[in-house]
Amino acid sequence: MAETPTLAKNSTDLLTITRWIRQMKLPWIPIVIMVVLVICAVFAPLLAPHDPLEIDLLNSRIAPGEDWSYPLGTDIMGRDMLSRMIYGAQTAAKISMLALVVGMVVGTFLGLWAGYKGGWLDTTIMRFADAALGFPTILAALIVVVILGSGIEAIVLAMFITVWARFARMIRGDVLAVKDQDFVTLARITGVSTPVIIWRHIFPNTVNTLMVVTSILVGQVILLEAALSFLGLGLEPGAAAWGIMVAEGRTVILQMWWLALFPGVAITILVLALNFFGDWLRDSLDPKLRRLQ
Amino acid sequence: MQRFILIRAFQAVATLWILSVVVFASVHLTGDPALYLLGPETTDETYAQMKKNLGLDRPLIIQYLSFANDVIHGDFGISTYSGRSARDILFERFPATLQLAGAAFVLSLLLGIPLGILSAVKRDTVFDNAAKLFAVIGISAPPFWIAIMLVLLFGGILGWLPTFGRGGISHFILPVSVLAWAGMAGYVRLARSAMLEVLDSDYVKFARVKGLRENSVIWKHALRNALIPMLTFAGLTLAGLLNGSIAVEVVFAWPGLGRLMLQGITSRDFPIIQATVLAAGFFYIFTSLVVDILYAYVNPRIRFE
Repeated sequence: MAETPTLAKNSTDLLTITRWIRQMKLPWIPIVIMVVLVICAVFAPLLAPHDPLEIDLLNSRIAPGEDWSYPLGTDIMGRDMLSRMIYGAQTAAKISMLALVVGMVVGTFLGLWAGYKGGWLDTTIMRFADAALGFPTILAALIVVVILGSGIEAIVLAMFITVWARFARMIRGDVLAVKDQDFVTLARITGVSTPVIIWRHIFPNTVNTLMVVTSILVGQVILLEAALSFLGLGLEPGAAAWGIMVAEGRTVILQMWWLALFPGVAITILVLALNFFGDWLRDSLDPKLRRLQ
Repeated sequence: MQRFILIRAFQAVATLWILSVVVFASVHLTGDPALYLLGPETTDETYAQMKKNLGLDRPLIIQYLSFANDVIHGDFGISTYSGRSARDILFERFPATLQLAGAAFVLSLLLGIPLGILSAVKRDTVFDNAAKLFAVIGISAPPFWIAIMLVLLFGGILGWLPTFGRGGISHFILPVSVLAWAGMAGYVRLARSAMLEVLDSDYVKFARVKGLRENSVIWKHALRNALIPMLTFAGLTLAGLLNGSIAVEVVFAWPGLGRLMLQGITSRDFPIIQATVLAAGFFYIFTSLVVDILYAYVNPRIRFE
């Protein structure tokens, strides 16, 4: 008799979990795509069959399927396409995560601070954010490249410029909505210090927005990185980045179609997955934000 | 309304001014233009002479003022790469980009809005899902890559269309389609959601109850009100067009502003960089000003913010 209730309890737990998962209507295909690419990025050295940068002129211009030690073929320099694709996932993840995380931390901090303090500080920060948002990203990026010269720092900074401003704007809006509510006032009356109020009482109310804004921006940041790499403003030529690979394939597109096709497909599928996942996240977290895009 | 226009115009001028300072500073932060022109092996004497010729021996603020004065009079200096006036080169290239961006803008409106409306009217059908997928691919695929794939398909395999340079109408088809696809995605989504909202409203229900024909309900009663939010979006699309057009111009060898800007950056041709960045910035700031004023005109609530 003692076993039955536990069993029942366990099975209801399992049932609740499966029902809960089903009710969430998780977007499975985007999740699988994202997981696969994250695995590629993290385990690139283990997964890639060849060195992505190794030049091997004897094995150059192999079409996909011609030689099974190079399933996706090789490029003009004989570099293995599959390995370059896998390392390309790593490059995309590294650069966009760097820009996104730094932008998120700075933007969130400034948004919290500006929203809570108000006054001239708020006005100044928001003017800067408006200036950063009110300008085509690529133009801002090109100005950064002119100042710093082309390279990873330049594209990360260029991406950072648009990212922090989005976060600051959205987070500030959330802060304004909660900062005059009773629980904040009570905390202030009981003598809680400002940093603690912001961190413990206000920040948790902005987490939904934080996730939604991140989900919108990831795809845009990856596309921007690809565009800047394509234009030759990012990493050095020959590096395993999808944008650079498309650029290398462009000039020989009529002879070697696979060089530009595969990296472009990878970017498109990844950004599609991110957009679908972002839509789902937005709908399930906050229906009010649905029309943000 | 007048007050709104004044404030907004002042903001536009201020943004342009900040842009001019950034552009001026970028030239002075990236190294010494005199040294760049002369190369590393130069005598102190010629170096000093070059600095004097370029006016680099004067205080920065004076240099900025004379730079600003020149820019206002349309003088961006002589291109160090081609030896020609940067203004002349700019005026040769700008129309090509305007035609491309303008055509793409119109096409994205003409295709995007009807597609979004039909998508809303036929909600949750195959058509709706296909339209949504088409739109989301437009914002997910890099425009430069779509451009290359179209070159492969229509230029290489089928051989139907020219794939580089600027010429007759046929030269426009591929680059305009690429840019319009990216721009259209937003209109499809926006038109769809705006239309869904309007279709749910009381006055549309009333129009139906009154016995009006479905076509007249959708295209006359619902559409007019759904169009308002789309106007704000026009500014965003313009930014998207500028963003996409640089890479697309590169792929199609389109002799426009974007490619000129990129050439200027790779050859460190500062007069060209200044001219192109300021021109693109001016174009963008001016059009967003016009869009904002139009929007305030249709939506009075904005004026009082």
